[in-house]
This record gives sequence, structure tokens and C-alpha cells, in this order.
Amino acid sequence: MKATPDTGVATRPPATPAVVRVHVPPRSFRSELRAVKIVWRRELIRFANDRMRILTALVQPLLFLFVLGSGLQQISSAGTDGVSLKTFIYPGILCIAVMFTAMFSAASIVWDREFGFLREMMVAPVRRSSIVIGKCIGGATVASLQGVILILLAGAVDVPYDPLLLLGIFGLQLLLAFSITAFGVMVAVRIKQIQSFMGLMQMVVMPMFFISGALFPVAGLPAWLGVLNRIDPLTYAVDPMRRLVFNHLDISQTARAALDPGVTWWGWHVPALLEVVLVLLMGLAMLAVAIWEFSASE
Amino acid sequence: MDGPAILVNRLAKSFGEVVAVRGVSFEVAPGEVFGFLGPNGAGKTTTINMLCTLVTPSDGRATVAGHDVVRERDDVRRNIGLVFQDPTLDGYLTAEQNLRLHAELYGIDSALVPARMRQVLEMVGLWERRKAAVGTFSGGMRRRLEIARGLMHSPRVLFLDEPTIGLDPQTRSSIWSYIRLLRQSEETTIFLTTHYMEEAEVCDRIAIMDQGEIVALDTPAALKAGVGADRVSIHTDDDRAATAAVAETFGIEAKLSEGAVTFSVPSGEAFVPRLFSELELPIKSVSVSRPTLDDVFMRYTGTTIRDAEEARGRQANRVAMQMIAGGRR
Repeated sequence: MKATPDTGVATRPPATPAVVRVHVPPRSFRSELRAVKIVWRRELIRFANDRMRILTALVQPLLFLFVLGSGLQQISSAGTDGVSLKTFIYPGILCIAVMFTAMFSAASIVWDREFGFLREMMVAPVRRSSIVIGKCIGGATVASLQGVILILLAGAVDVPYDPLLLLGIFGLQLLLAFSITAFGVMVAVRIKQIQSFMGLMQMVVMPMFFISGALFPVAGLPAWLGVLNRIDPLTYAVDPMRRLVFNHLDISQTARAALDPGVTWWGWHVPALLEVVLVLLMGLAMLAVAIWEFSASE
Repeated sequence: MDGPAILVNRLAKSFGEVVAVRGVSFEVAPGEVFGFLGPNGAGKTTTINMLCTLVTPSDGRATVAGHDVVRERDDVRRNIGLVFQDPTLDGYLTAEQNLRLHAELYGIDSALVPARMRQVLEMVGLWERRKAAVGTFSGGMRRRLEIARGLMHSPRVLFLDEPTIGLDPQTRSSIWSYIRLLRQSEETTIFLTTHYMEEAEVCDRIAIMDQGEIVALDTPAALKAGVGADRVSIHTDDDRAATAAVAETFGIEAKLSEGAVTFSVPSGEAFVPRLFSELELPIKSVSVSRPTLDDVFMRYTGTTIRDAEEARGRQANRVAMQMIAGGRR
């Protein structure tokens, strides 16, 4: 019998006398791990199926890197001591590329919740925290995969393909993507409409990006901008990324000092490791809030 | 299973100031097909959501498959299947992948998954389409796949929230034939909501819900019997004379309705022979109709289900908004 849409199927005789019965085991740590894995894997499947999204998420970072980078080169070459502007903003672009993608992953939690998949997960015998954790790891993975495309462009902006450097960039991207997804999920749990979420993200993401120092050195800023810059969490991802990249560049000391001055707190030079730990702690804190919120919601 | 499949005691839920469910109590026996009938906004979905552990009750208690819906949430979840009003399938995946994912989520022994999957897919007539992406399925096929998925883990209780809403009549009737089949083969208790009167008759028992309360609960036959009279319509050459004759011969007040002389008697079929032998008028045709659940709903709520929906449309919307905005209290 051919199962054409909706017809000719009702006449199927009650077949299969022996019913295959299955058993659902009690909830356990293993079942939670499984749930994390399912959410994570689904995030990957969706990403792989959505080539359009991979492309659209690349447009903005590439615009900044090549159009803005090349366009402003003429007026900035005096101040960059021979370093191409593209090379200078490359670390910042590495950060925002994963940021956009991670936000997008988080946004789907709003979508999934109203229409489907998540609702099914919410009645399954698993903890809500497993869903959130799976979502954050999934968002981080997807965003880092997207980041790989940008890592591959290193040569185009005169950054060497040093395996250690590439690995370091990937690690930093993974960490940033995780924290940003956690932030996005934390916000998404409270918001029930995709439009409001996207609007809010525009309002948060762009200022975070501009203030972070992705496009300018963070020393010698006007006082008000300096303060905002130190408050912006993204600053602490962009700065170690830039230090990492500049460590592998063959440039003059003056150029290094001018372009990669490093973040200071009241004159104290914040170590890169501390910055990385900060990003991680913020990510974990937001993950905790997201879990708490998601578990409390109905 | 020992004891009732579902036991509900004065269960209530308010969303802010809106009272969605006002203390309902009922019991569903194992293997029973139990229906919640009522207009949109009557509190059916909220009740289902409380039983499925998706919404925490404001008051009262409920157990499903012997487990408390608040304190033993995980145990309830292991034992229930749920088909939502809105589709919750993953359109990117194939039918088979959707079911596999579900099986994995519920921790089903992977050795049993293929056989079980085949069984549920065959039951809803989608076995041949198992490799197709769900995104290509029609509305009726998706609903059937959801029913298959809800059954995948052999739940003791299957909840169906408006299983036929938004489907064309033909698809609706095929969905009901699956539900009938299901009850024969799976020994699963089925709890469903509907606002289609004619469909509620599939149920063993029906609770009629209106404004957050159960106003009647019985078998469809008993509910209809409670309404009493059957409706008899006769066509004659002279309707006016017939009306008078019915009144004179049987002492029954008849009315002219839709071109026929219509009146109510307790047992219509038994009355027909008397009608022919005693009424001294030629009768061209006669029809007897039993009371419908529409009449039952009318009897208990004083309004038809359609009117009730229109009247409460605004309130229902408000409840829905509250539910969407839920979570913060």
C-alpha cells in the first residue's frame, strides 16, 4: 500500500499481533549526558543543513575585515607603523565572527520553545539543565566551526599559519562562543518572541562590539570610552586574542606598543590569563543563571 | 497496572488573576479512552499540561500512572506520551531520525528500537515514508508521525491535545481510526481533548468542561440519555393538520422546523410503529435522531459550543497570553 498523503491508509487492517514493548529506565546521570549530547548534536545538524546561515553569518565579519580594513588603510597608515589595518583588526574580527553565530544559536531557543523540539524535550524525563548545557556546548561548537573559516583567512591579512597560533585562536574562540551562547540563552529564556530577542541582541551586540576595542587600540581613549571599554565583557576576549596574534607577528616594538597596548586597570596591566579566566567565569555564571531560569519557567 | 491510570483531585490553576482551571476531580481507568470536551479556553489544555508536568498546579493533586505530577515528575514523564496541539517534530530530520532521537532521549534499549519503530510507523501508515524528511510531510502525516513518536516509548498514558485540530475531515477520520486501533493493540490509556462534538464519541467516557470546571462526566451514551428525548421528524402533505393530529392523538406538542413536523419523545424508535398505526394521516417519510453531544453540551452549559467559543474568545486569548508569558509569577 502506498502511503499517499492522508488517504488510503485508514483501511490498513490491524496487523502486528505481537506488540513490541519497550521500557524507559529511571532518570540517571547517563540519561542526562545523553540529553546533552542530543541537544548538542541537533545543533550541529541544524548548522550543517543551513548553509545559508553559514554564509550570512560570514558577511558582516568579512565586510569589517576587508572593506573597512582596506578602506581606512589610507588614512591610518601613518599611525600603524607599517602594520596593515586588516592585520590589526583581524583578532577583533575573529571574536565578533563567533559572537554573531553564537547569538544566533541562542536565538533558536526562543524559536524551538514555541515551535517544537524544545517542547518535546521539556516533557522528556531529563533535567532542564541538561538541555541548557547541551545548547551552550552546541552553540559554542557551531560558532567555533564558523570561526575556523576566518582562521583560514589568516594568510590574507599577513598573519602566519603557525599551528600553535591557530590552535590558540580556536581555543579562545571556543571559550568566547561558549560564554556568548550562555549569555544569549540566559536572555532567550526570558523572552518569548523571536523579534524582541533579535531586536535586543542588535541593541546589545553592536555596542559591545564597537566598544570592545576590536577596531581600535584600547590605550589613550577618551575617559568615558575608556570606562565603557573596561566594563565591556567582550574587551576581555578581544585583548588576549590580539596579544596572541601579535605574539606571532614580525613587527617593530613601537608598532606593538601602539597597536597592542593591553588592557589596564588603574594603570595595572591585566594579564591575558586573567582575562581568559574572566571570560570563562562570566560564561559559567551566565550558564548558571540560564539553568536556574529555565528550570523555574513553565 | 494497579489503581487508576489518572487520578485527579481538585486540581486548580490560575495565571495571575485569570482562573484557567477551578478545582476539577476525576479518575481514568487503565485502558480507557477518556475525552475532555469543551470550547477553546475552557481549561482543557491547562489541565493536560498539569498532568504532563509542564505546568505546576496552583492547588489540588494529581497522579498519573501512580506517580504524583509535582513530586514525582520524572516518573510521570517516563510513563506518558504526549502529542501537542502544535507540531513539535524536527523538519530537518527524517521520520526515522525523529523517532530515533526520541528513543535515545528516553533511554530505550537500542536493540529494541528498530522493531518498535517499525511497529509504530506501520500503525500510522508511515513505514514506507520513514526515510523522507519531515519537512516534506503534509499536516495529517505529521500528526500521525507525532502519534507514532508519542507511542515510541510504550507509555502507559498517551495524551493527545486536540489531535485532529486544523486537519481536513478525511484526515481527521483517519486519525481517529488510528486511535481506535491503538487502543486495541497497545493497552494504552488515552487522554484526549477535543472541541469537535462528533469526535468525542470515540471515547469511553467524556468530561464536559466549561469555564474551568467539569460540568458533566459520563459515557457518551449516558450523557445523551441524560438529555432524554429523541427527535422525530415527519413529512406529510399537510403539516398543519399533522401538527394538530400529533397533539390530539399523543398529547405531544409538535413544531414545524425545517419543513418537517418535529417533536421529541423519550424513545424514538419504539414510537415509530405507534405513529403509523395511530396517526390518521398519510406519512411520506419519518426520521428519528438521537440526541447529539451538541445537545448534551447545550443542556449542561446552556449554550452551544460555537457560541461559547465566540463569547469567550477574548477571555481565552487572555489566558493564552498569560500562558505564553508564564513562568514569572
